Amino acid sequence: MKKIYVNEQWCLACHLCEYYCAYANSGLSDMVQALKDKPLHPRIQVEQRGTVSFAVNCRHCSEPLCLKSCIAGAITEKDGLIVIDQDKCVGCYSCIMACPYGALMPSESGVMQKCELCATNSHGLPVCVQGCPNQAIVYEER
Amino acid sequence: MGINYLYPDFEVVRNQDRCISCRVCERQCANEVHSFDEATGRMKADESKCVNCHRCVSLCPTRALKIVKTDHTFKENANWKGEVIQDIYRQAESGGVLLASMGTPKDYPVYWDKMLVNASQVTNPSIDPLREPMETRTYLGQKESVIKRDANGKIITKTAPQLKLEIPIMFSAMSYGSISYNAHKSLALAAQELGIYYNTGEGGLHEDFYQYGKNTIVQVASGRFGVHPGYLNAGAAIEIKMGQGAKPGIGGHLPGSKIGEDISKTRMIPLHSDAISPAPHHDIYSIEDLRQLVFALKEATAYTKPIIVKVAAVHNISAIASGIARSGADIIAIDGFRGGTGAAPARTRDNVGIPIELALASVDERLRQEGIRGNVSLVVGGSIRSSSDVLKAIALGADAVYVATSALIALGCHLCRTCHSGKCNWGIATQNPELVKRLNPEVGSERLVNLITAWNHELKEMMGGMGINSIEALRGNRLMLRGIGLHETELNILGIKHAGA
Repeated sequence: MKKIYVNEQWCLACHLCEYYCAYANSGLSDMVQALKDKPLHPRIQVEQRGTVSFAVNCRHCSEPLCLKSCIAGAITEKDGLIVIDQDKCVGCYSCIMACPYGALMPSESGVMQKCELCATNSHGLPVCVQGCPNQAIVYEER
Repeated sequence: MGINYLYPDFEVVRNQDRCISCRVCERQCANEVHSFDEATGRMKADESKCVNCHRCVSLCPTRALKIVKTDHTFKENANWKGEVIQDIYRQAESGGVLLASMGTPKDYPVYWDKMLVNASQVTNPSIDPLREPMETRTYLGQKESVIKRDANGKIITKTAPQLKLEIPIMFSAMSYGSISYNAHKSLALAAQELGIYYNTGEGGLHEDFYQYGKNTIVQVASGRFGVHPGYLNAGAAIEIKMGQGAKPGIGGHLPGSKIGEDISKTRMIPLHSDAISPAPHHDIYSIEDLRQLVFALKEATAYTKPIIVKVAAVHNISAIASGIARSGADIIAIDGFRGGTGAAPARTRDNVGIPIELALASVDERLRQEGIRGNVSLVVGGSIRSSSDVLKAIALGADAVYVATSALIALGCHLCRTCHSGKCNWGIATQNPELVKRLNPEVGSERLVNLITAWNHELKEMMGGMGINSIEALRGNRLMLRGIGLHETELNILGIKHAGA
């Protein structure tokens, strides 16, 4: 299955992936309207220390600890894609405790959110991949 | 602060209605133009540091930025123009030589734009390159002028060493040091895929790039940086750099600040020492001396590689080329005065040398008159901007062209002409690792391959239109060119008729 991978060597810590992600999942058609003067809730986040940086998002693990830890049955797996049903999420943060990558986080509404590879929005190829200026983020089979 | 004589050249215009304060402009500007104002939650800019490289503009996700030329002005004066006055302020301040980068921006005539190309109508058929064969492969090197036969009457097919080009375009010399590791790697990968050559420039060859040797031309310049037997044998050809179009008469300069560990090792010079190439080769003061170096290099490579001699286009270029063609060199590369550079004194760059179009026409003509055109192939560079420039160069008599500025533009260069600052925001003309990583060679090489492939398509289209199906049939075919808006002297030098004639 194709997943998002990050080639740390090429990450410029420009943080554009975060902005494209938040925009893509806002449901709005205008980036300015979606992001201007609002707190940012991206599902991918750039980790950075000194000159080393890389973007982190859901690894879509073959043995997803978040799924196992979810007390509400909100996290499910379909053909390798780990998705969250935000209507079912009760906001207990168990998945955040369980995920070793820090790939889940609270959304604007308080319930959890995670990267779903842009499979559940209307953007096709993941927007972080499309928007990365240096092809540091790739969507491929490994 | 004192008196600030210089008003910033550009204004950074930010559409605050569009700006989402993502700070990508701030993070990507090595000149530290942009900053975030915590108090207002808005981005702001210090335009005095802006070099107009468009990195921020290109990465801004909401197109909130644009850079405009300031309309701040001096009192109008056709003689004492604003830039002239500002240069004097700069020198009155620094006491130094004005430095500049890339090709001259001065408004000299561009002869490529004053030549028109022919096409077939009625009396001779044009050719559709999508349906019929069209040959853009060419070979560079000495050509036999007579057919020789062995004792059995069979034709001797052994020729002097040749460079085989799938497309008559090569990437011209840019040293590792003047451009980054990733820029070099992009060129090497692209040359390999295209079946052409890139050129190491005078800075030696990084050990990682020996694997691309089949598509590499290694250069020997007056500084002899990084030259050793392994290096000479690593490439497909050796180029002796006598001069460079952007700065004829002077050698290369690479400041010690750019001589990091890798570059010091590759150039074989001490860490952080300035790499200043002498203006002349101190062992070459005549064509005979040049011949000695040509043959020394041929000896060093067992006569397996063609030797290129690169010179800047200067006033008596045809006599110089005639000498080089008799020196044993296989290829002459001529660099016009509009050629680029990573750093040159501005006055030299803007005032020394001649246009490549005129140099090429006069050299080709002179070598033909003397019956030695076959001794050498001619490669020309110095601002080849498009496939039509390539086509016109070949019709004027070139065997192939060198491109560098076009290649850098494909890699992201926006011609801000501040390479000498070492803070290239596009990761090209810099050695700062944080900036170098901005050029991913996989992305860069793909863009280069796209550019040259596109040019090759266009070349074939235009050749087909003329009813010509090979580079060999186009070369020196000046009847395919007509001048437009040129006077008699220019037409005579170019060896072409005026449009309508």
